[in-house]
Amino acid sequence: MSMEEPLVMARGLTKKFGDFEAVSGIDVQVERGDVFGFLGPNGAGKSSTMRMIGCVSPVSAGRLRVLGLNPRDEGPAIRARLGVVPQEDNLDNDLSVGDNLTIYGRYFGLPRAVIKERAAELLEFMQLAERRDARVEALSGGMKRRLTIARALINQPDLLLLDEPTTGLDPQARHLLWERLYQLKLRGVTLVLTTHYMDEAEQLCDRLVIMDRGHIVAEGSPRELINRHSTREVVELRFNSMEDREHSVPRLADLSGRVEPVGERVLVYTDNGDATVSAITSNGVHPAAVLVRRASLEDVFLILTGRTLDE
Amino acid sequence: MLATATARWPFTRAVEREIRVFSRLWRGTVFSTFLNPIVFLLAMGIGVGGMVDEHSGEVAGVHYLAFVVPGIMAASAMQTAAGDSLWRVLAGLKWMRFFHAMVATPLTPADVYAGKVTWTGMRIVMSSSVFLGVATVFGGVLSPLGLLAIPSAVLTAVTFAAVITAYAATQDSEAKFAVVYRLGVIPLFLFSGTFFPVSQLPDWVEPLSRLSPLYYGVELCRMFTTGDPRWGVALVDVVVLIGIAALGWRWGTRSFTRRLTT
Repeated sequence: MSMEEPLVMARGLTKKFGDFEAVSGIDVQVERGDVFGFLGPNGAGKSSTMRMIGCVSPVSAGRLRVLGLNPRDEGPAIRARLGVVPQEDNLDNDLSVGDNLTIYGRYFGLPRAVIKERAAELLEFMQLAERRDARVEALSGGMKRRLTIARALINQPDLLLLDEPTTGLDPQARHLLWERLYQLKLRGVTLVLTTHYMDEAEQLCDRLVIMDRGHIVAEGSPRELINRHSTREVVELRFNSMEDREHSVPRLADLSGRVEPVGERVLVYTDNGDATVSAITSNGVHPAAVLVRRASLEDVFLILTGRTLDE
Repeated sequence: MLATATARWPFTRAVEREIRVFSRLWRGTVFSTFLNPIVFLLAMGIGVGGMVDEHSGEVAGVHYLAFVVPGIMAASAMQTAAGDSLWRVLAGLKWMRFFHAMVATPLTPADVYAGKVTWTGMRIVMSSSVFLGVATVFGGVLSPLGLLAIPSAVLTAVTFAAVITAYAATQDSEAKFAVVYRLGVIPLFLFSGTFFPVSQLPDWVEPLSRLSPLYYGVELCRMFTTGDPRWGVALVDVVVLIGIAALGWRWGTRSFTRRLTT
């Protein structure tokens, strides 16, 4: 493998299940040291893409190389150097916390002494050291996630794949996990993650692609994407009812910025939030609540697809 | 770095998992794998056997205990294999998904399958050895050749495990598993020459017993424990069992691959 070769290189990558095309010819490139994200709503094709990169799902069409190798012919050799954190927990409930790491290390053919040393380190790093002898079932959701990540690191992977790493966790557990993932990033581990949380993508990713219905609709750093596709600020108007909102939308039409109705809210994209708020009020629109905020990746997704991430 | 991916026999690491799980949970399996066959031995061999011997003296040339010991041995091997290969397989594929975790490593679906079936064979080495020892104490083993009944029982178990594990991986729920027992395991258990010679069956039923893989396992075990080896017949038994196991293995490799890599 040459030094320049990207860790993941996909061209026209496609996944079909019967007639349904889950991933439609995407191009992706992940460089060593990157934290790379797939952002999109459920069903966008993120997990299918991850499973192809993880060499557990055959490519339907297009080209894919992972760590410079072809997943079709060299799955085991590639997987030997990957760490995988799946969306659905699949820890071994028949084994203790410590044994989950030991046995997983053995799947990679690592010597017991090496596993023992790494397992102790990883349990410490993931703040699970006191739980070593506990049963997996006794762990909280956040602890299970951390154990799954520890398990994925037992072979010191070149590339760590995380599919929706914080879905289903409470805010505190999420923040702890983000902090740990950030530590991994600082250690130079290459991370590829999927998420439908824009704050997760903004906090962690150096680069990301926004996926929708099997296609990549935008690519760049979080900041680039926002600058390219959105205005600097967003004015959020909340109305008491859909009718109120319906009445108000025509009166917002002459504003310079783009106007996006979302449920009982209307988002107005602008480079000067305060000026826009004054203009709205002088047009005689009186929403129940007004909020001026900075644009986020959520807005980029809305502008590009006309839908929200959690739809 | 690549040495880890190309190491020999990766499926042995899947077996290691089973050994670790067993070392934690074996107490819960003592009754079904070790005591159950011995309870059968006492009830059938000593209880029923006493009555049979009183009336007719011998069954197929030996006292009833000696007749029924190899039957119970092979039939228990089948039962343990079936018990190991249905719910446990769906647990790994669906309910707990630990098989999915395994194929994210250098292990392949074929390795996971092979590990599962191999482990069932290893369990039978343990349980049938204990059973043979107890049966010998009660006088149910007539020849030192009886030791060959252990690999015979293991082969029987592996054959059933290979097929049933493959089948389980094609199922989405456990709904049909009870049917596998009712229409598969239990009839085979009863009509494969286990507790009485198949010649006792009506003439038109008797040939049907040859369709039962267990029939060949029982025949094999019996010729060794009764000290009556007929090597030609033994060869046929072994070929039939290995043949079925090989077909099961092919099916299992495919059904695991389909299930774990979509």
